[in-house]
Amino acid sequence: MKNNPLPRYCWLLSVLLLVFSITVHADDNQPLVDALNQIKQGSMTDREKAINQLVALKNPRSLVVLQALLAGKLLIIKGEDKLVIAEDVNQEYEVRDAITDAKLGTKNHDAVSKINLTNKLRSDLRKIIGELELNADDPVIRLAAVNAMANEADERLLDLLKLRLNIEKNPAVKEALENILLLQQMDSADKNLRILAIESLKDHDNKDVFNKLKTIVEKDADGHYVETDSDIRNTAELALIEINNRLQLYSAIETVFFGLSLGAVLVLAAIGLAITFGVMGVINMAHGELMMIGAYTTYVMQQIMPNHLGISVLLSIPAAFIISALVGIAIERGIIRFLYGRPLETLLATFGVSLFLQQTVRSIFSPLNRSVATPEWMSGSWQINDFLSLTWNRFYILLFCLMVFFALLQILKHTRLGLEVRAVAQNRRMARAMGIPTARVDALTFGLGSGIAGVAGVALSQITNVGPNLGQSYIVDSFMVVVFGGVGNLLGTLVAGFSLGIANKFLEPFAGAVLAKILVLVFIILFIQKRPRGLFPQKGRAADG
Amino acid sequence: MKNYLQLGKKLAVSIAVSAVLFTGAQAEDTIKVGVLHSLSGTMAISETTLKDTMLMLIDEQNKKGGLLGKKLEAVVVDPASNWPLFAEKARELLTKDKVSAIFGCWTSVSRKSVLPVIEELNGVLFYPVQYEGEESSKNVFYTGAAPNQQAIPAVDYLMNDLKVKRWVLAGTDYVYPRTTNKILEAYLISKGVSKKDIMINYTPFGHSDWQSIVADIKKFGSTGKKTAVVSTINGDANIPFYKELGNQGVSAEKIPVMAFSVGEEELSGMDTKPLVGHLAAWNYFMSVDTTKNADFIKQWKEYIKNPKRVTNDPMEAHYVGFNMWVKAVEKAGTTDPAAVQKAIIGVEAPNLTGGTSKMLANHHITKPVLIGEIQDDGQFVTVWQTNKLVDGDAWSDYLPESKPIIADWTDPIMCGNYNTKTKKCSGQKY
Repeated sequence: MKNNPLPRYCWLLSVLLLVFSITVHADDNQPLVDALNQIKQGSMTDREKAINQLVALKNPRSLVVLQALLAGKLLIIKGEDKLVIAEDVNQEYEVRDAITDAKLGTKNHDAVSKINLTNKLRSDLRKIIGELELNADDPVIRLAAVNAMANEADERLLDLLKLRLNIEKNPAVKEALENILLLQQMDSADKNLRILAIESLKDHDNKDVFNKLKTIVEKDADGHYVETDSDIRNTAELALIEINNRLQLYSAIETVFFGLSLGAVLVLAAIGLAITFGVMGVINMAHGELMMIGAYTTYVMQQIMPNHLGISVLLSIPAAFIISALVGIAIERGIIRFLYGRPLETLLATFGVSLFLQQTVRSIFSPLNRSVATPEWMSGSWQINDFLSLTWNRFYILLFCLMVFFALLQILKHTRLGLEVRAVAQNRRMARAMGIPTARVDALTFGLGSGIAGVAGVALSQITNVGPNLGQSYIVDSFMVVVFGGVGNLLGTLVAGFSLGIANKFLEPFAGAVLAKILVLVFIILFIQKRPRGLFPQKGRAADG
Repeated sequence: MKNYLQLGKKLAVSIAVSAVLFTGAQAEDTIKVGVLHSLSGTMAISETTLKDTMLMLIDEQNKKGGLLGKKLEAVVVDPASNWPLFAEKARELLTKDKVSAIFGCWTSVSRKSVLPVIEELNGVLFYPVQYEGEESSKNVFYTGAAPNQQAIPAVDYLMNDLKVKRWVLAGTDYVYPRTTNKILEAYLISKGVSKKDIMINYTPFGHSDWQSIVADIKKFGSTGKKTAVVSTINGDANIPFYKELGNQGVSAEKIPVMAFSVGEEELSGMDTKPLVGHLAAWNYFMSVDTTKNADFIKQWKEYIKNPKRVTNDPMEAHYVGFNMWVKAVEKAGTTDPAAVQKAIIGVEAPNLTGGTSKMLANHHITKPVLIGEIQDDGQFVTVWQTNKLVDGDAWSDYLPESKPIIADWTDPIMCGNYNTKTKKCSGQKY
């Protein structure tokens, strides 16, 4: 049933190559050339053999080639059938000969094809490279090498690790080495050694230790303990209790973080709406589409600057603000200003606008989702230990959300526009009587709210799809947060967003994602029955306006 | 003045007459083919491509001289991702445009919505997408994969080749994932997997916050036993899902994800970095190395005038389905749906993976099953494939209630829901 390799032809080819190499020139590089020729074959079985050959060669070039292979930098130049190692520079590859390391100039992306790998080959490679790199000079590389071997250390590797431990100076690498050996010691024949190993490992938050301990206290199908020695079992059980206590703490921290980051997304999506709906009283159904425009701005910025991913995302923030704000102002000037005081008509009209914007995006960018890359510093996670890690992108979005919130607060409190916005929101006629150009303020306020929606879109582009439907998925949540927090109150929006996020994440583990969402909705409905003006109702005369 | 008026009248009459004659003549000369795919709304993302595929195939057939000496004419309608509108548009195609066959639908719910109409008016529908099975209509031809042509082989691969012991069945909360996961759970249990090694999880459409679910999967997979995720997560929710997996450090080497709804088209809109090494099961990959496929890709890129466009599995299903229909019409010598329905059973047409697919009596087709690993260029490397074509099975053998049921649209059974135990055809038509 397996994918059939091309055995016959390869065999023939290698025989031919062998003959060729004997007759023409048998220099030192020949085995390397042979192995590399085999790597070029399409079949994964051949590739695996070639990798093993490369390892057996003990040629210093092998490691370089294998590393390039694992990193996806080993390419074939189309037509020339030549293996090269490439570095991506300015949308082009700078290539070097895989065997001689000679510079071969630059190639564009279409002129080369990559040597593909499967998962099995990738994990094999990681182990092999780990072994080769165990004695590298850089302690960071050594540590990675040790960790790559941690899970599947067999007898031979263990001996290698022991040898390394004797000469290792770096404390971090030393500790990692000791841990692997101690873990192995838990299986030793000597009872005291085992207990010692458990005692010294129980303070480590290491999942291999945890799993090993669990197997010690396991019962078999008949209800007997697999482990016969009760002393070891008791030590293991005590250690497990300690670890479990820590695990509970970690999972609580994790859930709060998840909640806060979900909350941050909700707040970001809702905060623009808190201005347009909360302060101006406009039910803007196109709010989600303004976020979508922000997300597409990020996409366009990345297309313009494909080599500066990080900078393009940062530059997208002001760009998205400006573009969404302009679209917002156009909507306000073109449609909404004729409909003030008629919420139902506004709702329908803006819903129409949202459909219009969606279809426009479909026509310009195609109905397919667009791929927005995440910069390096935003991907991956902050690995605190084996059981607790916080993802960077969520972390930055949380930070970003707070920054946007406080910036907005400052604008409303300390700028002339903010003063005018508040004045118009409190009493439109009085404000006009005081000489405030209310029409202009309306347009600017709507622009501000829309611009912030655009900024939220930049954040969303980093965690979800950038497609025509992006806005629809957030519009309901946004209204929910604003209504729950209290219409017209920014702080309420912040608190509401975070509390809904955390509530959702605490419910999710036992209720499931679908039910958790429903429960939160039901809760909000009940809450609104009790307090129709939300968490932080506006007080005073403005509340009646 | 009067003369002018008369002249005008005569002119108007003659124009009207010629117009009638002309349309009449045109109706005589062409065979109409309905294309029922959403061009707007949420499903436009997937279905627009299939509309273009159909137009290309019809165009190609016309270049070859048409069918039965007549030209084919595509009638494209837009059901706008709106399920009831699918039924309305299908009715319009059959009664107003009098199309000979319809190629269309993507989601199961749209197909279910079209079913009563197409059965009432006795039309023919070719449905090109993998689906949950448990259905066989007299009027529908299922050219996508049934569960035994995608889900079951995928699980076999994970179990036998990757030695997976613990299973996460994650899906979007609607009929396809629910039915597929029900079948898979029953299958896994029949293979001796205990219930505590199976975790089932459903999420709403377009779910974007995967943090806690991925954390759960990570915990579930950290017991030392090999764990895999079988994903029936629908299109849009996939990107945030894979992103979260990547960010939380769950790599394809540790916990591979086997997806049933992620194809080349979806991948072209994703940042593929976090997906590399994850798996997908389909009946066709764009990377399949056959001359037929190379021709098809070339033709597609030329037709769509974009060298970057990709091909995918449902497109191949339409390719196979359309060619089968053409052959059936040639065999029957007419486009009359009743005759075509009869003639098409047993018809063979080449697929793009180098084999020849055949229309079976249960209105499903034979297909190869391929499993591929995602590469960072958005293409798949085939890591496993069946050595012969697999017959599509309408009613799953792993669900106790549908085990005895078969579909057979040939005499003497002539039934889509025939119980082999009671020897009765259930009154339910679909």
